[in-house]
Order: sequence, then C-alpha cells, then structure tokens
Amino acid sequence: MMKEERYEMRFGGSGGQGIILAAVIFAEAAGIHEGYHVCQTQSYGPEARGGKSKAEIVISPEEIDYPKVIRMDLFLAMNQPALDAYFVDFKPDGILVADATFVEQLPTSRALVLPFTRIARQQLGNELVANIVALGAVGLVCGKVSLASLEKAVASRVPAKFKELNIRALHAGAEAARRQDLAALPRFIDTEEEKEV
Amino acid sequence: MVSDKIGPRQLLQGNEAIVEGALAAGCRFFAGYPITPASEIAELMSLRLPALNGTFIQMEDEIAGMGAIIGASLAGVKSLTATSGPGFSLLQENLGFACAAEVPCVVVNVMRAGPSTGLSTSPAQGDVMQARWGTHGDHPVIVLAVSTVNDCFTIIVQAFNLAEKYRVPVIVLSDEIVAHTRETVVLTDPAGITVIDRTRPAVPPEWYIPYEDNSRGVPAMAAMGSGYRHHVTGLIHDVRGFPTERPEEVDAFIRRLFRKITNGFAEIQMTNPVMLEDAEIAVIAYGAVSRSALRAVRLARSQGIRAGLLQLITLFPFPRKAVETVLRQCRRVLVPEMNMGQMIREVKRVNRDTEIVRHNRVDGQFITPDEIYDHLLAM
Repeated sequence: MMKEERYEMRFGGSGGQGIILAAVIFAEAAGIHEGYHVCQTQSYGPEARGGKSKAEIVISPEEIDYPKVIRMDLFLAMNQPALDAYFVDFKPDGILVADATFVEQLPTSRALVLPFTRIARQQLGNELVANIVALGAVGLVCGKVSLASLEKAVASRVPAKFKELNIRALHAGAEAARRQDLAALPRFIDTEEEKEV
Repeated sequence: MVSDKIGPRQLLQGNEAIVEGALAAGCRFFAGYPITPASEIAELMSLRLPALNGTFIQMEDEIAGMGAIIGASLAGVKSLTATSGPGFSLLQENLGFACAAEVPCVVVNVMRAGPSTGLSTSPAQGDVMQARWGTHGDHPVIVLAVSTVNDCFTIIVQAFNLAEKYRVPVIVLSDEIVAHTRETVVLTDPAGITVIDRTRPAVPPEWYIPYEDNSRGVPAMAAMGSGYRHHVTGLIHDVRGFPTERPEEVDAFIRRLFRKITNGFAEIQMTNPVMLEDAEIAVIAYGAVSRSALRAVRLARSQGIRAGLLQLITLFPFPRKAVETVLRQCRRVLVPEMNMGQMIREVKRVNRDTEIVRHNRVDGQFITPDEIYDHLLAM
C-alpha cells in the first residue's frame, strides 16, 4: 500500500445541528492555522431542517487527490440515525465520538461518548452550540489541531455576538473529553473477531 | 498565468474560487438566477461586484440572465452567468445568439444529476454533450472542466481570456463536488495574472467594418456606445453585421467561426498528463472524477502497475492530439464518467484499435478511487 498520510474524519447528524459548520471550522483550523492540506465536503438533502446531514474532512501534509473519506480515522455522530447510516468505512483503529444525548447503541467499543447536547443545554444555556461542544472534544481526541487554532477558526466563522458563547462551548467540549481516559479504550478492533462467539 | 505573486492561504469552496477567478480576470457583470449547486456564485458576486463598481442583477430566469450578460459584454464589460442543469437548458437559445453574434462571455454550469430537475444536491457529469451541442446549428464552442478549487480560479481566468481572444462564449463545467468542496488554496495574486482583453477597432468609427475577416478570423470588437455604430443579430450576417442569405457570405461566415477556433487549437486544447511517460494502461478523466482517477493511478503505481492519467481540462474542441498519443501508447484505456458514457464516444472516435473501457456511475454518487483501481487491476 501507499504510505498513508491522510487523516480522515466524518461528522454526521441531522440537518440543523450545525454539522457542516462544525466541519468547516475544523477544516479552517487544520488548513489555515495548522498548515495542513485540507478538503472538506458534505452531502445533504434538499431540506433546510431535518433529514440526514454528513460532512467530511480529509487532512494531509501533502496535496490531496481524492477529496472524500475512504476509511474513517474519526467519526463524530450527533444522533443514532446518522451513526447507523454513516458508520461504514470506519477503520479498525478509528475512534467514534458520539453525543450520548441522542445515541444509545454503539457499533464499536473504540468510542468516546459524551452528552454534547446536554452540556450545551445545561452548562451553556443554549442547545444550538452542541456542535461546537462536540468540536472541542473532537479536537482533543484527534490531536491534529491545537485548541488555539480551533478558537481562531470558531471566532472567524460564527457571528460576533455569539463568539464568546461558542468559545466557551469549545472549551466545555475539550474539558469533558479530557476527563475521559482515552488510553483505556481497546487499541484496535478486529471486526472479524468481534463477530466470533 | 504563472506568477510568483501569491495571495494568502484560504479555505474556499469551488464556487467561491470561481468568483475570485472571474473578478481577477476582469469580470464586472453578473446576471443569473440562483440554483443549487451554483447559488454561491451568484451570492458572492452580489457581495463583491458592487464594491468593485461592477453590476449584479438577479434576473427572472436563466435565459434572461444569459441575455443580460450578452448585452453587458456588447457594451464592453466582461460578463459571467452561472447555473446548473435546468437553467443551462433554459439559457441555450441565447447562448446560440452569443455564438452567432460572437459575444465573449463565460457560462458556468455546475452539473447536478438530471435529466430535468433530477437530483438537486447530487453530482453528475451528464451535461457534457449539452455543453457542446445544446444550442442549435453548426457552431464551435469552448468547454472547459474544473476538478479542484484551485482549478476553479485558474481555469475561469483562462475561460475569460479565451472568450475575449476568440470572441466566443466559453462554458465551464463544474460539478456539485468541485463546487462545494472546501479546500485550502493559495491563489495567485490578481496583480500577477495575465488578463487578455478583446481586440478593439484600431480604425476611426467611419472605417469600422464590424465583422470583417482578418488573419485570426476574429474581428475587432467595438463597445456599444463608444461611437462605433454597428448592428448585432442572431441572423447570419455579412461583414457589416446585417442579415444576408447570399450563399458565399453565409459559407464564409460559418467557416470563419470554425476557423478562428481551429487556428487556436494549440492553446485552447488543455490537458494535464500525469505519469504517462512509461504508461501501458491509462485513465482519461475530467472534472472531479480525475481526482479519483489520480488516486487510483497512484495506488496502481505503488503496486508496480504502469498506469497513467490524462486529465482533460478542455473537453471541446476535443483535445484529439493528446488523446491520440495516449491511445497509441497504451494497450487499454479507461474512461470513468458520472454519466452513461459521453466523452468515451469522443475518445473512441479517435482510434478503434486500442481497447477502450467504460466505467459509468449514475446514482448521484461520486466515483471512488477503488472503483477505478479495480479496473486498472483487471486491465
């Protein structure tokens, strides 16, 4: 196989949860502030609200040929339907980050499950920033971007009067993830063996 | 085009880069009607043009948009419209007028799956032959295809330059993937870009013969309102721009339209050959699919398979010479397309001895590198 420098991420949720915005912010943090080559794509239905929404980010130190996900290193699922629909292409050593508020069944044990929407509602008083809370956790878990880069990207992509709220959301998500022991997760999931009884 | 001057590092969508490229090429007029997946072009133009003393008009529909950009171009302003399949169908009649009256302008078609309203948010490459032959009558056109965000910038500049130099409408085919992919780019500083403007008349108004032939076959073009009175019509016209049915004048007119493009083949027909030097098998691809093809070819190379890629930037006039070279050299050639097979017919017309393999995807999804790689393994 080719030497693989690509790091591939997928964010899934429902229309209106800010999936694409979260991906754009991450892409900007990685592409502008960390200097990676980045391709960010999305697929969505014709509806403005509801329906499934998917965004993808590929980052690489080298120029990117194919702009979409081939095998996912990280999957952020903001609800169960998106998790079920978009889990395919998950790498055996990938990591799933899921919103415990809306996700009940996990297809892998390499998962970090935190209640992003509940954190947004209870700690920040606004459910709409659940995507940014999740982004804080994703940033910490993937280790590809610094919190400072994410802060800059958030600041440039959200309206000025919601900037402070979104920065707090970002920190809340990173903080929640930091309290989890990532080293305790199984290192590698062999999906074939998992099926054996 | 090549310049050391570069701008800041940006994260841009293909549609946004088209706007930046058009403005860098000197476009100061946009008229059109919003449609997914092309809307961002109109949206951003509406923000950028007024600040540059340009004009943005949201028209009642796409054929009106096409009419407006023809008018603006005749008045001497570089003009753009952007649409997707349904709108591209609607504007064809006026596109023909631009061909007949030799009005330079650029039409971007961000392809989505069709026919009709089709799949409004899904990519496809179904409009290739429509770009070539969508408007009626014998006419040459230039059709360019973009595959990356950086392409959107550089190729739209080329599109304007070719439109101005040859006095033709230039069609740029994008697709939903290229249009909506955000990618890190460092665009060439507009100050470092070569911009070509139409040739203006060098004679005083009373000496001006608006459609007089010359060595290039491209008549000098006076802006309306600049004192050079001339008549513009979609009817076949004589050198003074007035309708004619005299067979020798009609013949000379149509043949000149073709000759001016044929004369420019060397610069118009753009391709991007990748790893073709020692290739035994090759992929010929265009648009977003050439990115999947590039990865598949790299994968094949890593497995010791001598594969190469010819990316077509110009689809029409069909870059026959470049394709012919690949067909002579390779024993098999794959043409992957997000349609039932449109460019493959052009490829097959070049040569019947090389085996030409098709790969078609028409489910509204992007062709993956693995699909192409599987073909390469089998070839």
